[in-house]
Amino acid sequence: MPEKLLNKTTCVLSPLGDSAIVITFGNEIKYDIHKKIKMFMDLLEDEPFVGFIECVPAFTNLTVFYDPLVIYKKQKQSNNHECISPYEVVRSILERKLQWLKEDKKLTHRTVSIPVCYGGEYGPDLEYVARYNNLTTAEVIHIHSNGEYLAYMIGFAPGFPFLGGLSEKIATPRRSSPRMTIPTGAVGIAGMQTGVYPISTPGGWQLIGQTPTKLFLPNVNPPSLLQAGDIVKFHPISNQEYNEIILKEGLQ
Amino acid sequence: MSLRVIKPGLLTSIQDLGRKGFQQHGVIVSGAMDAYSLRIANMLVGNKEGEAALEITLMGPTLKIEKNCLIAITGGNLSPTIDSQAVPMWKPVYVKKGTILRFAGCKSGCRTYLSVAGGYAISTVMNSKSTYLRGEIGGYKGRALKVDDVVDFNETSTILDNREFKEAFIAPLWFVNEKEFMPNRMPVIRFVDGSQYDYFTDSSKVSFAENLFKVSNQSDRMGYRISGPLLELQDKRELLSEAVTNGSVQVPPDGNPIILLADSQTTGGYPKIAQVITADLPLIAQVKPGEAIQFSRVTLKEAEQLFLQKEQQLNELKVSISLALKKQHII
Repeated sequence: MPEKLLNKTTCVLSPLGDSAIVITFGNEIKYDIHKKIKMFMDLLEDEPFVGFIECVPAFTNLTVFYDPLVIYKKQKQSNNHECISPYEVVRSILERKLQWLKEDKKLTHRTVSIPVCYGGEYGPDLEYVARYNNLTTAEVIHIHSNGEYLAYMIGFAPGFPFLGGLSEKIATPRRSSPRMTIPTGAVGIAGMQTGVYPISTPGGWQLIGQTPTKLFLPNVNPPSLLQAGDIVKFHPISNQEYNEIILKEGLQ
Repeated sequence: MSLRVIKPGLLTSIQDLGRKGFQQHGVIVSGAMDAYSLRIANMLVGNKEGEAALEITLMGPTLKIEKNCLIAITGGNLSPTIDSQAVPMWKPVYVKKGTILRFAGCKSGCRTYLSVAGGYAISTVMNSKSTYLRGEIGGYKGRALKVDDVVDFNETSTILDNREFKEAFIAPLWFVNEKEFMPNRMPVIRFVDGSQYDYFTDSSKVSFAENLFKVSNQSDRMGYRISGPLLELQDKRELLSEAVTNGSVQVPPDGNPIILLADSQTTGGYPKIAQVITADLPLIAQVKPGEAIQFSRVTLKEAEQLFLQKEQQLNELKVSISLALKKQHII
């Protein structure tokens, strides 16, 4: 694209109720779209407008939450109109800011390596995943731990990363009947997705391993080990290493 | 010692106006389901509007008040009583040390708020005192109250502590008119179009706005499952996960909508037919499982005006309550 500035027409702004706006940059899971979302999110967080609360990145869009009362009061000071729409005010602020988005900027990614104890009691579905894909369990572990995964977004549960980049060779559909509880730290596969469960929840993912690393850190800021935009890698550890890390984390 | 739990009730938890600013980390907002009732409960005891209070659900707890205090009870009427006498709601009430506060049963609404002057001594986690039940953080030990829990009150500089009074409780004659803030028997919940409104068939759009939807038993702080005519998409399409929020009405493949509420997860992948307007979210909080809801479609501009009107109303209320409290030397 020769144009350095993002063209207004490449994204669509729409309301999510009366207190949030969704900025949609595309309609597929693609690095370029992620890049724009992340860059605009950084731009908003670096220079938040009055009334900005927070924003939530997703695969194709960024949702911006604002306080309509603060927006209204601010607008009323400068313009004593009879009718002020906080949505319209925020929309024009965002449209202006979108013009400042520089597409040639490169995104920097943090790489986070997560230790995983694969198989056995930690990965009850590893054998199924291997069988389903006509592989040995060692091959599944090799493929999974040699991948690089981009965290497109965090959601569903605190600290839960939606990771892109799973090899088709080990993609496996969800379990036909979900488990009532999936333990904290479970590493799973669902279709073309892989992920880690930061808290214990019900779920239908195929569990191939478990990490002793905590992904939800309620007493730390930010409370999530992973952020949208991180590159995630997994490295295999033994049962003994798993227990050692658990012990060490428990002592901290 | 301030408040001891004799019986915990169905679900009693500490809530304020929610944990904002951490949704991109997957941390849900939480907070009072009926934010207006919470704010009024705080106004009535001279607290900041966003102070944390007890959110009490349907079957209320039995609480021993172990310190003279000024409380207010707002929201749904779960029949608060002291010594078999009804405790008035929507007004400040002095309660004597040693008194037992019971909730005898649900007369109207679903959730009640119990505030105390000075607030509860609860530490903040990620800028909020709200209990995040599934995440087990915030509030009182990250969970709902249990038998024998003791929740302390913050120190207040009121005249209460050494005041002697004979009655178990006393209250002024004036009160806030609850009709402004509580739903009628058949609440009308207004919505604006959801992000995927146009994905739905025309007949589903019409059904949603014209039929009654019954709130199912599978309804909690996370969301209300409602049933009525099944809602259908024009054609099946995969939706990628994106942010959802308090009031998002999403429709899973079975066609029965779910209204996401205070404990909504931060993202979801089901198409959203509607978004309940902010001004009507507190009304939903007072609807019980088994009751019906009528939806009504409004424009975004109307939603914004309704929100601003409500804020103005609350602001006026705050001014008059504050005057009354000062005039009668309650605070």
